[in-house]
Amino acid sequence: MIVDTQGQALSVLSKLAQADWPDRLKVRKSFEKLVYSGSRVSFRLAAGGSRNTPRAATDDLFDLSLTEEQQMLVDMLQGFALEVLRPAAHEADARAHVPAALLNQAHQLGLAHYGVAEAQGGLAGERTVLSNALIAESLAQGDFSLAAALLVPLSAANCIRRWGSSAQQAAWLPAFISEQGAPAFALAVTEPGVLTDAGQPATRARKRGKHYLLDGEKALVIAGLAASRLIVSAQATDGPALFIVDAASKGVSRRTEPGMGLKACGLTRIQLKGVKVSSECRLAGDGFDFLAFLDYSALAFCALAVGTAQAALDYVTRYCNERQAFGEPISHRQGVAFMVADVAIELDAMRLLLWRACARAEVGLPLRREAYLARLLCVDKAMRIGSDAVQLLGGHGFTQEHPVERWYRDLRSLAVLAGGLHL
Amino acid sequence: MNLETPRKFHGLQQQAQQVAKHYFRPISRKYDKVEHAYPKELDLLAALLDGMNEGSPDAVGAGSASKRGAACEQRAGNKNAGNMAALLGVMELCWGDVGLLLAMPRQGLGNAAIAAVANDEQLARFAGAWAAMAITEPGCGSDSAAIRTTAVRDGDHYILNGEKIFVTSGERADAVVIWATLDKSLGRAAIKSFVVEKGTAGMTVTRLEKKLGIKASDTASISLSDCRVPAANLLGNAEIDVQKGFAGVMETFDNTRPLVAGMAVGVARAALERTRELLICAGCRFDYAKPLLTVTHAEATLYRLEAEWEAARLLTLKAAWMADNKLPNSKEASIAKAKAGRVASEVTLKCVELVGALGYGEDELLEKWARDSKILDIFEGTQQIQLLIIARRLLGKSSSELK
Ligand SMILES: Cc1cc2nc3c(=O)[nH]c(=O)nc-3n(C[C@H](O)[C@H](O)[C@H](O)COP(=O)(O)OP(=O)(O)OC[C@H]3O[C@@H](n4cnc5c(N)ncnc54)[C@H](O)[C@@H]3O)c2cc1C
Repeated sequence: MIVDTQGQALSVLSKLAQADWPDRLKVRKSFEKLVYSGSRVSFRLAAGGSRNTPRAATDDLFDLSLTEEQQMLVDMLQGFALEVLRPAAHEADARAHVPAALLNQAHQLGLAHYGVAEAQGGLAGERTVLSNALIAESLAQGDFSLAAALLVPLSAANCIRRWGSSAQQAAWLPAFISEQGAPAFALAVTEPGVLTDAGQPATRARKRGKHYLLDGEKALVIAGLAASRLIVSAQATDGPALFIVDAASKGVSRRTEPGMGLKACGLTRIQLKGVKVSSECRLAGDGFDFLAFLDYSALAFCALAVGTAQAALDYVTRYCNERQAFGEPISHRQGVAFMVADVAIELDAMRLLLWRACARAEVGLPLRREAYLARLLCVDKAMRIGSDAVQLLGGHGFTQEHPVERWYRDLRSLAVLAGGLHL
Repeated sequence: MNLETPRKFHGLQQQAQQVAKHYFRPISRKYDKVEHAYPKELDLLAALLDGMNEGSPDAVGAGSASKRGAACEQRAGNKNAGNMAALLGVMELCWGDVGLLLAMPRQGLGNAAIAAVANDEQLARFAGAWAAMAITEPGCGSDSAAIRTTAVRDGDHYILNGEKIFVTSGERADAVVIWATLDKSLGRAAIKSFVVEKGTAGMTVTRLEKKLGIKASDTASISLSDCRVPAANLLGNAEIDVQKGFAGVMETFDNTRPLVAGMAVGVARAALERTRELLICAGCRFDYAKPLLTVTHAEATLYRLEAEWEAARLLTLKAAWMADNKLPNSKEASIAKAKAGRVASEVTLKCVELVGALGYGEDELLEKWARDSKILDIFEGTQQIQLLIIARRLLGKSSSELK
């Protein structure tokens, strides 16, 4: 089957062109630029695809710049985040619900294309890890929780593309970018035990002929209740594995599991009791590497943390200049200003560790150490930033009049979640 | 995007690593013990480095960290040039010994100042000279705009009067770049820097400090008493441009702060590596696989330090990369210096703690690194001064609003 990548890309764009919200959001220009670059050099460049322009082997210079296409992607999604997600975030948090209209708009953005390989008509290539991180980072500037919810389909597609066999990819991926959309997925990886290690799931997968039987419990599954398919991590006799499980299977029971934050994205507790899964549903790509699966997941959360921390920096910078105390803006005091400077320093540090791990992934360098250190740093610094942001707003920061208390709650999740998203 | 060090600098890194390992480390403790003795071993090394630099466009050392370096490279697009080369060299050498690096002939911060702001005639005249930098005075350090040393024009000369302290290599260098004011009433804009050559009548070294660390590096007090300096030794523009203010002399810092950050990254790496070896001998394992909560406290601590160190390193590379690409980098240079300065202190001190008595004793170099690193969070602008610069930029504040 010959898939017309450019055609697919253009069909996403045409949907965007018909929607009216890009005008409201003043992001029409970014779209048009993307369309322009799409018609010029094929949209796949926007995915950071480098096949058209392979880097010369000698050109391995240190380079922090984004490609023109990556920059456009960032501009477009930041616009969406700040104009659509941010205003919707408070209500979504309070109601523990993502508005359907928002999901629809996000679908129009065609994000899942970045998770589906070119062979299946998507835009993802080897070099889309950073683009994926930029997507997450940009969306999270609007809201951590909404961004997480919107990233679930992309994450599922990434997961199947990276870890599934070619037959599994061909079976599952095209739906993600089809007109009617893919079945709702969720990634069920985190477990409820204390001092657990996601690398050694307590959930068991016992082989029984052509099936596996899954037993265990998964916690804080993002969008778990709405999902009709679950990607479940479980310990098989030959090591940790991932299974695509029909959420309606016998033995699966689910309940909402509200937490400190991430209210909008429908956290779910899932029990698996003797759930029968066909062997064909075990992800079986050639290079299957469960620890690497966790690394890419960690990076997804790091990217959300970077975006949220950026939002916090922007918010407190403005607030501290406007808020007066003792006859002058509070930003004139070092006790305040130095906290803001520290937010900026650590945010930049988080971003560089994240970007480095992504850039390494794109050229096939090992990323275990880099992903581990990125996560470690982001867990610490993002929470510090969340806490300082509340502090800088004083009592006002403690109330829901401002988003900082929500970011505070959301950012704590970084230390706790494993595997719910995937770059 | 690529955040790995480019292959074209691997040779340079390797050379610097060899020097650090086989030249600096063996004499590291010796010159920590005999403060104020000149490490004569460095002369040979400096000659070697000069030779290396002649033969390579990507020179090691302070002099190559300047916008000039970037300008040499004609190619359009992304550049990795003199600032990054100098930084990578410094990182490796300070893995060996920060004090010895600071004591290296012709690699002084004064050389960086000359490289950054001298005109072509001056560049030629001072080529090969080892230059120290003297800003700090007994009455002012962080507040460099408050310096009291004066320069008064007298025909073809300026006459300098004042007191300078804490001049790194002030005794050993061939020349000292002295900051002085042409007119105290005009504030920052009137501050200019002058190259004063050793032996100039009226300039005397009055004292050498005894210090916590970097003992291999001499720290001199210098007195200037009717010291006549040729007018042609004034670096940059002699006009007092109140609009431009401090910018001229301060520009140097955008290039030198990443270098000091690089020193911090270098010494911190030394401590991390040695501590890791000792911890592994004691049964620790580092495979970057288990959650932090399920490894030993010692392992988790080292992981944390390593993450902080990576952050410092990448922020520093970023600042140098921006300089090479002629992007305004004052904020990023200060971010690098602030982060690397505090991380080096944290890492080196924690490493002493992690290996206990062994770390505290003089049989290992860990206690020395923990003393050496502290200065890196102080000179070229303290932690607090960096935070001020960063905060003013972020918040859009002047120095009178955010003091
Ligand atoms: C070993 C060594 C080598 C040196 N080499 C050189 C050299 O080669 N050339 C040179 O010119 N100088 C050199 N220095 C001097 C060094 O740069 C200064 O010591 C440094 O800039 C701090 O100045 P200070 O010591 O006067 O401290 P002060 O300015 O008195 O500061 C004291 C404390 O107050 C804080 N502080 C000051 N102002 C503020 C503010 N506005 N807001 C918040 N906190 C503030 C500082 O951060 C510091 O913690 C060297 C110093 C040493 C120890």
